[in-house]
Amino acid sequence: MIQETKIGLARLGKIDPENINDAIALGAYDGLKIALSLNPDEILVRYESSGLRGRGGAGFPTGLKQKFTSQSCAECQKYVVCNADEGEPGTFKDRTIMQNDPHLLIEGMLIAAYTIGASKGFIYIRGEYNLSIHRIRKAIADASSNGFLGSNILGSDFSFELELRLGAGSYLCGEELTLLESLEGKRGYPRIKPPFPAEKGLWGNPTLINNVETFVQLPAILINGLDWYTALGTSESKGTKIFTISGRVNRPGFYEVEMGTTLRQLIEVLAGGMKDGYSFAGALLGGAAGTFVDASLLDTPMAYETLKAIGATMGSGAIIVLDNTTDKIDFLQNILEFFKHESCGKCVPCRIGTTLLSEMASQLKTNPEILQKMIDEASYMARTSLCPLGQSPVLPLKSFERYFATAITNV
Amino acid sequence: MNEKENQSELLNHLHELQNSHPQQYITEEALNQTTQKFGLTKAEVYGVVSYYSMFSLKPRGKYIIRICQSPVCHLMGSQSLTEFLKQKLGVAVGETTNDGIFTIEHTECLGQCGKAPSMMVNKDVFTELSIDKLETLIEKLKTEAK
Repeated sequence: MIQETKIGLARLGKIDPENINDAIALGAYDGLKIALSLNPDEILVRYESSGLRGRGGAGFPTGLKQKFTSQSCAECQKYVVCNADEGEPGTFKDRTIMQNDPHLLIEGMLIAAYTIGASKGFIYIRGEYNLSIHRIRKAIADASSNGFLGSNILGSDFSFELELRLGAGSYLCGEELTLLESLEGKRGYPRIKPPFPAEKGLWGNPTLINNVETFVQLPAILINGLDWYTALGTSESKGTKIFTISGRVNRPGFYEVEMGTTLRQLIEVLAGGMKDGYSFAGALLGGAAGTFVDASLLDTPMAYETLKAIGATMGSGAIIVLDNTTDKIDFLQNILEFFKHESCGKCVPCRIGTTLLSEMASQLKTNPEILQKMIDEASYMARTSLCPLGQSPVLPLKSFERYFATAITNV
Repeated sequence: MNEKENQSELLNHLHELQNSHPQQYITEEALNQTTQKFGLTKAEVYGVVSYYSMFSLKPRGKYIIRICQSPVCHLMGSQSLTEFLKQKLGVAVGETTNDGIFTIEHTECLGQCGKAPSMMVNKDVFTELSIDKLETLIEKLKTEAK
C-alpha cells in the first residue's frame, strides 16, 4: 500500500499557518539553526551530495545551482529569489505549501541565502494567490519580530532581508529570467541566456532562483541527514515530490510521495481511482507545457530519469486525468489557445506560431493530416524561440500524436 | 533599498492603486502619480500596466468575475459557465454591465484544479462551480451591491 511521505507538507494540518509559535513547536527554523552552526562550503557539499533537483519543472541539480551562484563573485551583492508564480495549469503544490506552512518556505530561503552568501531575497508570488499572499506577509513579519529575519540572525553574523512582490497575471513570468524582469518592475519579456541568473540575475547580480517546493526540501536535509534523504526516491531522483491530481478521480488533490511512485499508485490508490461511470483515458503530465501519456505508462515510476527515457516529463508535478467523456481534440485546442494568449510576442516564431497552432487545431476534426504540420510548426518554434513558452507546444503535440492519434482518425 | 530595488515595488504599487479605486482600474491620474513616484516615463509605466492582464486602464465593475478557462476547468465544464454568465449579465467577456456592478473576465489557471471548475470574484475564490451555484451567487451579489 503506497503511503505519502511528507517533507514540504509535514506540518500541514498540524499547525495554525498564521501562528509562528505553532510552527516553531513543530521544528520550524531547526534547520536554520543547524545551518548557522556550519560553514557555508560544508552545506554546499551536502546539498550537492543530496541529489536534490529543482522542483519547478526543469529538474536542474539544486546544489550545483547554489555552487555556481555562490562562486560567481566574492564581495558583490547576491540575491535569493523564490519563484512562487505558480501558473502551470493543473499545478497547485506551491499554493498548498504557502497556505499551510509559510515558515518552511522562509526557512528554506534563509538556509539557501546563508549557503551562497546572499543578504537579500524576494518572493515573487502570483497576484491571484490572495490567501498565500496574506499568510506569507504575516509569516515574514512574525519571522522578523522573532529574530529569524533581519540583522544578525539568531545572534550570528548572518543578516537577511526578505520581501514579497506580486505578479499580475502573466504565465510567462513563471519562467525564471522573465520573472527577474518582472521583479525589476518591467514588462515580462524573457531575457537571452546565457548569462544565467547564477551569473547575472536581478539587476545584473548573481541570483539564486528556485521554486517554492525546492526551497522547502532544504531544512529536512540538514535536520535528518544525507543518509535519510538519499534513501528516499530513485537513483537519480531523490526526496519527495508533491503531485497535484485533477480530473474525474474520486479524490483529486495534492499528494506528497517519494520520487519513483507510479502513476497507477497515484491515481488508483491515493486519488481513489476514477469516479463511478468514468474510465481512465490518459493523462497530461506537467501541465500545458507537459506531455500526454496513455494507460500503457501507468506503471512507469514518476522520476526524472524514467520519464525522460519514455519521452515524458514530470514538469511541475501536475497530473491532469482525462476520461472517457473528454473530447481530446477540444482539450488540445484549449492548451494551444492558452499558449497563444500567454505568448508575450517578443519572438516572432512564437507570436505567429502560437496563433497558427490554435487555428490549425480548430481544423483537426475535419482534417486529421494537419497534426503533422502542427508538429513541424511547433518544432520550428522550439528551435527559434528564446524562452520555454515557444519551446513548449511541441511537447503536448508530439505526445498527443504518439498516444492519441486514433482520437483524430476516429472522429 | 537603493533606487533600482525601489522599482521592484512598481507592480505592488499598481495593485494597491487599482484595489483602492471603486472601479478597480488605473486612472490617468494614478498613472501620472506613479511615473513621478518611481522616476519613470509615462511610456514605461503604461508599458507595464498594459502588459499584465490583472491591470486595467478602463473602469471595471464593483465585482470582477474571473472565470478560469485553463485546461482542467475547461475539462470540467467551465465553458458552459462562461456562456451562462454572458447570458445572465448580458455582456461579453471583458465587458462591464451597464449598472457598473459586474465585469466578466477570463483568467488562466487559479491553482484550484482539485476543485474545478473555479473562478474568483474580486479577491474571493469559488470552486466546484455549477450553473445553480453561479445563479445564486450573482443574485446575492446584486442584492449586496444595492
